[in-house]
Amino acid sequence: MALTAEEVRHIATLARVAVSPEEVERLRVQLSGILDQFQMLNDIDTSDVPPTTQSFDLHSVQRADEVRPSLPRAEALLNAPRTEDGYIRVRAVLD
Amino acid sequence: MPPIDLDVSAHEHARRLRAGEYSARALAEATLARVRAQEPSLNAYITVTDDLALAQADAADARLKAGDAGPLVGIPVGVKDLLSTKGVQTTAASHMLEGFTPVIDCTVVERLNAAGAVTIGKTNLDEFAMGSSTEHSYFGPTKNPWDLTRVPGGSSGGSAATVAARGVPISIGTDTGGSIRQPASLCGILGLKTTYGRVSRFGIVAFASSLDQAGPFGRDAEDVATLLGAFAGHDPRDSTTAPVPVPDYTERFDRGFEGLRIGVPDSLLEQGVDAGVREAVEQAIATFASNGAQVKRGIELPAAKAALPVYYIIAPSEASANLARYDGVKYGFSYPDGRNAEEAMAESRGRGFGAEVKRRIMLGTYALSAGYYDAYYLKAQKVRTLIQREYAAAFADVDLILTPTSPGVAFRIGEKVDDPVAMYLNDLYTIPVNIAGLPGISIPCGMSEGLPVGLQLVGRYFEESTVLQAAHAYGSVTDWHERRPPALPGA
Repeated sequence: MALTAEEVRHIATLARVAVSPEEVERLRVQLSGILDQFQMLNDIDTSDVPPTTQSFDLHSVQRADEVRPSLPRAEALLNAPRTEDGYIRVRAVLD
Repeated sequence: MPPIDLDVSAHEHARRLRAGEYSARALAEATLARVRAQEPSLNAYITVTDDLALAQADAADARLKAGDAGPLVGIPVGVKDLLSTKGVQTTAASHMLEGFTPVIDCTVVERLNAAGAVTIGKTNLDEFAMGSSTEHSYFGPTKNPWDLTRVPGGSSGGSAATVAARGVPISIGTDTGGSIRQPASLCGILGLKTTYGRVSRFGIVAFASSLDQAGPFGRDAEDVATLLGAFAGHDPRDSTTAPVPVPDYTERFDRGFEGLRIGVPDSLLEQGVDAGVREAVEQAIATFASNGAQVKRGIELPAAKAALPVYYIIAPSEASANLARYDGVKYGFSYPDGRNAEEAMAESRGRGFGAEVKRRIMLGTYALSAGYYDAYYLKAQKVRTLIQREYAAAFADVDLILTPTSPGVAFRIGEKVDDPVAMYLNDLYTIPVNIAGLPGISIPCGMSEGLPVGLQLVGRYFEESTVLQAAHAYGSVTDWHERRPPALPGA
């Protein structure tokens, strides 16, 4: 299944990954090749088969809702690229 | 004092430490010196943790002096740089996380520390554990100690290479589609992937959450069993860990080959297996049979052939969701310019991630996008059910399923790096095991073209003890696991 350059750019936008024109072309060829490998799944009859999301059958695991100390602010900010007055500094998302 | 023999197993080190032949500090110093000397050849580590290792060794010596007989007290260990280590840079081999300092230890490391192990360093991997060669590391490829022009396998290539080179006796990797077993095979050591839910994923950088499991590398079955026992088990911080008791994983070692029923899915092995690998595996099958194991040829696993496409839908889909957290805002690489928030985020990700990671994020995003979800992700999850059912049927008659670990021996650096489809075929025999969530081990079973060949044994859910029994029995009548690569230049 051959993807178009337009489709690759659309996927990159959805994934929030900036790609150069060279990367678009390389990804177009490589992803198309990988998608071709997926075609064999169409030959497998799964009409009455339920999906499996996880191999071990654990459901709705819960824990007691207890108050516990949270991460100290200094540790939470330790790896942040830009901080100000104990907050993470972000770019404006609204004008 | 004579120099410490670093070629011995962890359990032999443990015996010598308790006998007072040398201290944990002396062992740590000797290990660090060897690892440092090997690094220019191997590049197996992203960070060597000298200060941490020496502090942990001193604490281990105090425990030994107090009579602590724990099997890992004072034992040097390498830890894949995908596992969070408090205060020690954890990169996932990505530019995105270069310099990232976790504020917690992951559960596996926390338990290793409690067991008295000595962390020598954080080992190299394919970026975010995505790859089969350790070539996709921002910090450069790891080399195979058997031939420095070849890959060690991946993604846990650094952990495998340093154990094979006799840098450390044991190490930790993670396995999402073969990332422990395939490098174990290519480096000539043992590596175990556990049943999904056996080991906590808390604090391990997430790749594909329904498949990821951490596991042990070692040079004999006893070390693998002991190391696994130290960190396996339920963890309230990972709700996917199973509330199943952890046995002594050496519990079946005294049974030898007794009672082992081994199935071989011959139809899976018809295509694409190198002649030398096939020959070594046939020899191993004959060894199991002649020592009293019951071997059943020609068991059927037809849907396992579909596991490769199933994996390359499910794993990238989960990865695209997991890696959405790297936005250049809270932590990680951050592009300082850009006209707006969205552009800054896209540039941070475009520049912070390497080619293979971007490829998989794109693939997963596509498979989950509107109009394609049913055709790809849902379809893959249904075929996953069929693969599970097939294994369940096979395990009605046999206890273990035997295949090669990898269709070939270690390939040359650069040979497959630009051909993802060829690279993905490396994991043909390991991937179905992750899809089904079963435990599997790779053990050395021969040599081909001067390079190690590995054999995979897969067991039922939570029957790691049976897998290890077979590995131990095989190792007691063969010496492939004792073969060592040539000494490295300067080391």
